[in-house]
Amino acid sequence: MERKLRFKLVTGRWNPYVTGTSVVAIKYKDGILMAADMGGSYGYTLGYKSVERLKPVGKHSLLGASGEISDFQEILLYLDELILYDNVWDDLNSLGPKEVHSYLTRVMYNRRNKFNPLWNSLILGGVKIGQKYLGMVSMIGVNFEDNHVATGFGNHLARPILRDEWHDNLSFEDGVKLLEKCMRVLLYRDTTAVNKLQIAKITEESVTISQPYSLKTFWGYSAFQNLTVGDEGSWLDMVTGWAVTTME
Amino acid sequence: MDLGKVNLDAPHSMGTTIIGVTYNGGVVLGADSRTSTGVYVANRASDKITQLTDNVFVCRSGSAADSQIVSDYVRYFLHQHTIQLGQPATVKVAANLVRLLAYNNKNMLQTGMIVGGWDKYEGGKIYGVPLGGTIIEQPFSIGGSGSSYLYGFFDQAWKEGMTKDEAEQLVVKAVSLAIARDGASGGVVRTVIINSEGVTRNFYPGDKLPLWHEELEPHNSLLDILNSTSPEPMNI
Repeated sequence: MERKLRFKLVTGRWNPYVTGTSVVAIKYKDGILMAADMGGSYGYTLGYKSVERLKPVGKHSLLGASGEISDFQEILLYLDELILYDNVWDDLNSLGPKEVHSYLTRVMYNRRNKFNPLWNSLILGGVKIGQKYLGMVSMIGVNFEDNHVATGFGNHLARPILRDEWHDNLSFEDGVKLLEKCMRVLLYRDTTAVNKLQIAKITEESVTISQPYSLKTFWGYSAFQNLTVGDEGSWLDMVTGWAVTTME
Repeated sequence: MDLGKVNLDAPHSMGTTIIGVTYNGGVVLGADSRTSTGVYVANRASDKITQLTDNVFVCRSGSAADSQIVSDYVRYFLHQHTIQLGQPATVKVAANLVRLLAYNNKNMLQTGMIVGGWDKYEGGKIYGVPLGGTIIEQPFSIGGSGSSYLYGFFDQAWKEGMTKDEAEQLVVKAVSLAIARDGASGGVVRTVIINSEGVTRNFYPGDKLPLWHEELEPHNSLLDILNSTSPEPMNI
């Protein structure tokens, strides 16, 4: 505890304040599909419900972020600068997703080395010259690329679904349904999830982010409605009227 | 992958919203249904309104284990008391038993409860028993982490002498508002209405609750939206 305090004085912040939860992304036939909800949580309070956590970067990439929202906004400014300098070359070439991912990795890792991390997990996806790219960077600079990635709780709840059901050349419809399946599970099981999400699509031609929308949830199980009486570890059975009593 | 405070071995806590409201003729108890361990939702359809006797129920919040064991003990004591008394226990007695356990074990327990019921002497009554073991009789009581968001709402919306339906609608509306802003509350809204005629349990699933600010009408899939609306609903 004391050690942490000492580092805190000398270096940067250790606690996030306004945070976004999971982002989930998959490669599909024409490019990348990415989904994230629009929640900004302040601890347990769902303080902000229209936070855009998916943003286009340049012409070929899309960035999704979970973690501290202010740090994400700072990263977007860094990327603005990066893209600006790239455009200023005016050389008919533009930064692809692989390059942007590499840049982000360097930024995150270097901040980690100074004990002043940007408190985010980032997903960078894009398509350039027919090559699909999907990568992730964590707040300590761990980075990798894969066919499907997720941040935060998505790693525990969404990745298993994706490992089972993802395959090469998913159609747009199948990809959206798969992502929605993951997002619905996250809605049920993540206390910081909010029922308002966006799905983004990146192809060779364009980057588009959907309007915000909500998912239907299912509560119609009979077990939810008619709970067995006295089922919470009670040793008294209300139905049979006290007859079944196991006491010490 | 993510650093952060995700402790899946955290004690099961009912970050919760619980409410008890009196009306002319009885009481309405209400609660959400989310049990969370840290950030994970361990049970999305739990029942936080527990029966103590035929005519007295308790809303539980805080540590799931603590509140369950307290209500189990109180149910046991009340049973004995009913036999010895020869008639149904009063709400006041039930509430005071809860208080005794909460107060005498205050160093170890972390649970806030709302006791509500109907008896022939006093009619419908609500007693709040927060952390520490205070007992306080109130026309309405709110508790749990979600209650923070309801103090202003009840200051404005509570009225003396409501009907049964008005009271239940108020409770459902309030729990639903708390669920909208409290991450530790969620799921379905359960209500229990207790009056001279008996006990009625109701169930309001999460998809039937009203929508509040910045919440949208739910859909089965984005594909439905894309197929039904104009050609370019997607834009940067």
